[in-house]
Amino acid sequence: MTKHDAAAAGQAIRTEDLRKTYKSSRGEVHAVRGISLDVAAGEFFGLLGPNGAGKSTTIGMLTTLVVPTGGRAWVAGTDVVADPVGVKRRIGVVTQNNTLDMQLTVAENLEFRSRFFGLGLRDAARRAEQLLEAFGLADRRKALATDLSGGQAKRLLIARALVHRPDVLFLDEPTAALDPQTRVNLWDMLRQLHTEGQTILLTTHYMEEAEALCERVAVVDHGEVLAAGTVPELKEGAGADTVITVRYEGGSPAELAGRAELDGRPGVTKVETEGDQVRVFTREPDGVLGDLVMAGSAAGLTVRDATELKPSLETVFLNLTGREYRE
Amino acid sequence: MTTTTGVQPPEAPAAPLATPGSIGATIISTAPVPHPTLVRTFLAMMAREGRVLRRNLIGTFIRSIMQPLLFVFVFTYVMPKIGGGGIFGGAAGGGVTFATILLPGLMASMLFTQGIMAVTFPLVMEFSWQRTIEDRALAPVPIRVLAIQKITAGAIQAVIGALIVIPIVLLVHASGQSPSVSVTDWPLFIVVLVAGALLTSSLGLLLGTLMDPRKMQMLFAAILLPATMLGCVYYPWSALHSIRWLQIATLVNPMVYMSEGLRAVLTPQTGHLELWAILLMLVGGTAALMYLGTKAFTRRVLN
Repeated sequence: MTKHDAAAAGQAIRTEDLRKTYKSSRGEVHAVRGISLDVAAGEFFGLLGPNGAGKSTTIGMLTTLVVPTGGRAWVAGTDVVADPVGVKRRIGVVTQNNTLDMQLTVAENLEFRSRFFGLGLRDAARRAEQLLEAFGLADRRKALATDLSGGQAKRLLIARALVHRPDVLFLDEPTAALDPQTRVNLWDMLRQLHTEGQTILLTTHYMEEAEALCERVAVVDHGEVLAAGTVPELKEGAGADTVITVRYEGGSPAELAGRAELDGRPGVTKVETEGDQVRVFTREPDGVLGDLVMAGSAAGLTVRDATELKPSLETVFLNLTGREYRE
Repeated sequence: MTTTTGVQPPEAPAAPLATPGSIGATIISTAPVPHPTLVRTFLAMMAREGRVLRRNLIGTFIRSIMQPLLFVFVFTYVMPKIGGGGIFGGAAGGGVTFATILLPGLMASMLFTQGIMAVTFPLVMEFSWQRTIEDRALAPVPIRVLAIQKITAGAIQAVIGALIVIPIVLLVHASGQSPSVSVTDWPLFIVVLVAGALLTSSLGLLLGTLMDPRKMQMLFAAILLPATMLGCVYYPWSALHSIRWLQIATLVNPMVYMSEGLRAVLTPQTGHLELWAILLMLVGGTAALMYLGTKAFTRRVLN
């Protein structure tokens, strides 16, 4: 066991400068550019970022289906490259797409997965029954997997990922394409699992999902971790600011920030002027919007639209990247 | 949960998935502890194939039986009755019925088509759209074991397909057209059958891995049809001596070695390729295709 392995042994997940570069005819695509993470056993951890940020590639490397081109990663103390089979024994994976076995019934999906993981016939049947009850799928046990609704299929995917009591449960965008009600139900279920001690790593591009579920979040974009911590820590680290954005019409607002005396204003941490808009990061938002409108009309500009974002992961993202969050 | 500080979407009274609080306890604490081994996982995967085959029994049966049944019916019953039998029967010289030529040929044809269809079609589906291959790829075995499992399952279906031909040819023919068949060497028969089956299912794995799903119809036009028509199904290879260039060209077709191999062990009186050449190509081809197929498959699953 190397020094690295020893460090990884106490963690559910550890990555060091993990990288993935795809070679294509148009050159290299850097999907993941050096991600380092530590997730403790029992933790509910979120990878938050817009589509294309590298979340799925990262989860792919942690679940052994994507081979890293650099760095290292361990899951449950096992190196994902050196011992992928050892890792597969210890993880449950809910992929983003519906990978249920469409030729099999709901119960058979669970039974055969149990048997793939070494349970005997009787144990597999008992395990399947347990999971069907727990996940509210008992009345659909004989239905073919093709006949399930989106929410039911997602529940079965999660149940199937849990047949062998994995150390770590990976969920890639678990509530994408689900209706709001089903999503809330799924959240409740994941919270229950976590309460029972299940380590969970989830990727999501929904800010509110990360806020609602995860103990710690890593904000990812363009293959890199921009910031990581608890949601309150992230907000604190990014200034816990309200972000006020005003777009103008009729000229460039470059001079406006000065006119509205924003820089000296108490609570203001940052003022950005870009194209036709002014963006103010502030802890004391009262009156700022009004002043921006006034200053605009004094300069002969009309306001096209204005937004005020309360401190949230969205404002954290804006602060870290200077870009609006694109879901 | 300690960090549930975020915005909650409008909360409708949620229909609980199960009794609240019960999910975790039931499925985490009280579950049996699994002990996967390579053999158990492999057998469980084979059992899954068996379950699916059994579920689609009628479809599988019709798929396997219609081609040989219709061929035999037309060529050994209808044609002799309407006076066309001589065209075919003459191929191997006097005294040999067309059924005798057709039996090993059709068996080889079944080995080839069933082996490829059993592996290629499902695999193309698994790689496309929802990429359901990821499900099996997460089973606790190396990816190449998954490839070997697919080859094995395909080979079993190919052998069953080939064996179905025997009773059909023995039963369906016009009077006087019965085949003359006997197994001269059982171990050799088994080697030819098994090697042929593994060869086609390995080829099926390679094709299923590399094939663009939008070009599936090419499988028939570019591979199955030419391989079957020029695979010495309806004539022994030796009969091609009058078209020497074709006789040489057909040697690239793996099906030729299956047909001729089965002729060597079932109907040696019709003449056949040299046995050493047959075995070399069947065993060597199987090894090569198994290596290439497994390698391509592993590379496609892991990206």
